[in-house]
Amino acid sequence: MLGWLRGDLHIHTCLSPCADSGMLPMAIVKEAKKNNLQMIGICDHNSVENVEAVRKAGKRAGLAVMGGIEITSQEEVHILGLFSRKSALWDIQDMVYKSLSGDNDENLFGEQICVDEYDRVIGSNKRLLIGATGLTLEKIVGAIHHLGGLAVASHIDRQSFSIISQLGFIPGGLTLDALEISPLASRERRYAFCQKYDFPLLTFSDAHCLNDIGKSFSSFLIERASLEETKKALTDDNGRKVSIE
Amino acid sequence: MKLKELVEKFDLQIQCASDRLEREIKGGYVSDLLSDVIANGRAGDVWITLQIHQNIVGVASLKDLAAIIIINGRQPEENTIEKAKNEGIPIMVSKMCAFELVGRLYNAGISGTR
Repeated sequence: MLGWLRGDLHIHTCLSPCADSGMLPMAIVKEAKKNNLQMIGICDHNSVENVEAVRKAGKRAGLAVMGGIEITSQEEVHILGLFSRKSALWDIQDMVYKSLSGDNDENLFGEQICVDEYDRVIGSNKRLLIGATGLTLEKIVGAIHHLGGLAVASHIDRQSFSIISQLGFIPGGLTLDALEISPLASRERRYAFCQKYDFPLLTFSDAHCLNDIGKSFSSFLIERASLEETKKALTDDNGRKVSIE
Repeated sequence: MKLKELVEKFDLQIQCASDRLEREIKGGYVSDLLSDVIANGRAGDVWITLQIHQNIVGVASLKDLAAIIIINGRQPEENTIEKAKNEGIPIMVSKMCAFELVGRLYNAGISGTR
């Protein structure tokens, strides 16, 4: 049976250098439940290393957690990849790490903390996660689809790291599954994007601190909280649909 | 040329770190891709860009750039200025577009090659 589920599928953890160090698995899950979200997605910059921890914390609390990543393309465009299979996460991770160079400087860009499902620190990531990969947009979207994932262009209304800020348009033939609008965009602006682009629109919080979780979410009319159902909602498959109202 | 002279000569608005303008400029680099500046920027360069987000400060610190000049009169975000104050990176804003500003800097003796 179909029912409306609220999803905030773009949330960062303390692994992202620009995110607050309080973005820990149990804290994120607690905040998401408090905000009546039924599913969340974890998308750190160029890394999936904290996904499993949040997924396990979510499982204990009865919250669906989708694994994802926010990849920075060669053009410095952010693309979200969301996956259902654990192996796909490691495969995409592998591809990203191979084309990401440089070491992080914690003082300049922020800490990159790896944690377990009980919010315990287990290490830190030394890579320059804030950096850009050498991968083109086409290559990233292609790889996400090849691994069965969902490819979404991040915060297209923002002035930095969005496909519109970097390119000014969406290249023909780029098979994105959806475009994400940030919580900052007004109702009028959202409507304008709806008119302008022939892609489904989603909105998520892109939370970098606990207070921002659920600030913006999309509602999915689906059977259960899963990536497959989310995909179906984006193509209006069998009565499923998505709403950003 | 010193940063201070640059500010006067090209009517740049100083946003922060005005106590760091005695530094000698070694050259210039213009790019809106952070990864490009990380790869090709050199210590002592002035960096001309339209980017206004806080990561530009991290990149400038990392590469020991002399200053960031933001073009087209774009105002840096608040947290960018905050971070630049802490890092001691001067940020200036020019009303000119990148082409015009870079041309004038070049004529004033600031070069992209060393």
